[in-house]
Amino acid sequence: MEQYSSKVMEHFTNPKNVGEIKNPDGVGHVGNPVCGDIMELYIKVDNKDVITDAKFKTFGCGAAIATSSMVTEMVIGKTVDEAEKVSNMAVTEALGGLPKVKMHCSVLAEEALKKAIDDYRCRTKDEKDNKDNKS
Amino acid sequence: MKVYLDNNATTPVSDEVKKEMIFAIDIYGNPSSLHQFGVEARNIVEKARRRVAETLGCDGQEIIFTSGGTESDNLAVRGYLKTTSKKHIITSATEHHAVYNIFNELEKEGYRVTRIGVDKNGTVDINQLKEELTEDTAIVSIMLANNETGTVQPVGEIVSAVKSMFPHIIVHTDAVQALGKLKFSVKELGVDLLSVSAHKINGPKGIGALYIKKGVRIKHLVSGGHHEKNVRPGTENVAGIAGFGCAAEIAVSKIDEVNDILEKLKLKLIKGVKEKIKNIKINSDAEKTLSNTVNISFNNVEGESIIMMLDMDGIAVSTGSACTSGSLEPSHVLKAMGVDPVAAQGSIRFSMGKYTTEEEIDYLLEKLPPVIERLRKMSPLERQ
Repeated sequence: MEQYSSKVMEHFTNPKNVGEIKNPDGVGHVGNPVCGDIMELYIKVDNKDVITDAKFKTFGCGAAIATSSMVTEMVIGKTVDEAEKVSNMAVTEALGGLPKVKMHCSVLAEEALKKAIDDYRCRTKDEKDNKDNKS
Repeated sequence: MKVYLDNNATTPVSDEVKKEMIFAIDIYGNPSSLHQFGVEARNIVEKARRRVAETLGCDGQEIIFTSGGTESDNLAVRGYLKTTSKKHIITSATEHHAVYNIFNELEKEGYRVTRIGVDKNGTVDINQLKEELTEDTAIVSIMLANNETGTVQPVGEIVSAVKSMFPHIIVHTDAVQALGKLKFSVKELGVDLLSVSAHKINGPKGIGALYIKKGVRIKHLVSGGHHEKNVRPGTENVAGIAGFGCAAEIAVSKIDEVNDILEKLKLKLIKGVKEKIKNIKINSDAEKTLSNTVNISFNNVEGESIIMMLDMDGIAVSTGSACTSGSLEPSHVLKAMGVDPVAAQGSIRFSMGKYTTEEEIDYLLEKLPPVIERLRKMSPLERQ
């Protein structure tokens, strides 16, 4: 197999933002054990739509852990709309590249992010609908 | 500290082997040449052939040198099929890729392939095998010891069963992982064809052998000269062959001594892991397993991450098989044994060798628990 870049190794050795967020504003859960990777991405969003915190839990290889760590780092401080544009290629690039056989890990990270954002939008829409109904 | 626990992938070359190889490198004559330079090289090749034959319990005439286990397996299966019109072939579900993929390819080429299943310890189902044998069966290829789990297959019983029903069926065994770890002879096993390799027994890479029982016909797979009884053309790898001869002799002469030590270390490793780490599964508790191999699933964490973290501590282990690294598929061996997918993803193979020490196992037992704990903290499958 191709070797991992030093950036991947850095994020694998010292992953940023490991864990769960209590009362998250959005959660993305992707993957399954048969394909080998499972990622859970949690986001906390303030009232200006800015992601103030992101955390992950990942069952997977070195690349899966590194891409999870990188994607959380990349989205913290971004608005939800900006974060939505973070692609798997951007994550891969930020990691200094990934071996070909590991590209699916970056796709998984992107999917986890998109799902967390979708979840956030769903929740805020529900909240808004509830408020609208009450008023 | 550097700890090498990946001896089923390959082993370090021993000093004795190196010495004989360095000597042989200077004997540059072509073993096929008639002059004294050639004769000198021929003598080295034939001495090694006798040594390898002795370790397998056969005649030197029955040994063909190849480039290693994979070539021996290909030569055995494909080389035999070239001599027969029969179209049914049998193997097991847990073969090394060197055999597994030959059968996958033969299937695409039109052969009818039967893959015999295994029980939860990886032992092949002899009853199923008996039921599958037919008049049209050409060859049965079942490994002697599994590279991932160390499970030893009842090859002797398999040969008896096959030959009592259909004497014409040829039986091949890949004994690459068994050589030097398991006491056996080709006569006892009764096999027709048997593959071995040097680099798993502290010999050099790129050299192996195929035992071809007297009277069994094999056709060459590549065309060329008359080397190795017309079965395997190409000028012999003299230094490699010398190294193989030496390594085989040492491995078999010290087999009891080394196995006694490895058996103790294996018990220590298993006991230590069980005591220090929860939620694990020992893969293969077969009655007969190799003394050097332990395969353990660490539930809820993934194997590659474990390898990478242990590597940072200087410890080398592997997932199921080195050939699996880099592929996304979980081990076909564990899958066939019915190990659940999460446990299969978190499986690690510890394979010791004759240079493994108790201190090294202590070091592993010190470094492994925090690695698993750290990865489990990251795992969404681990719920507090």
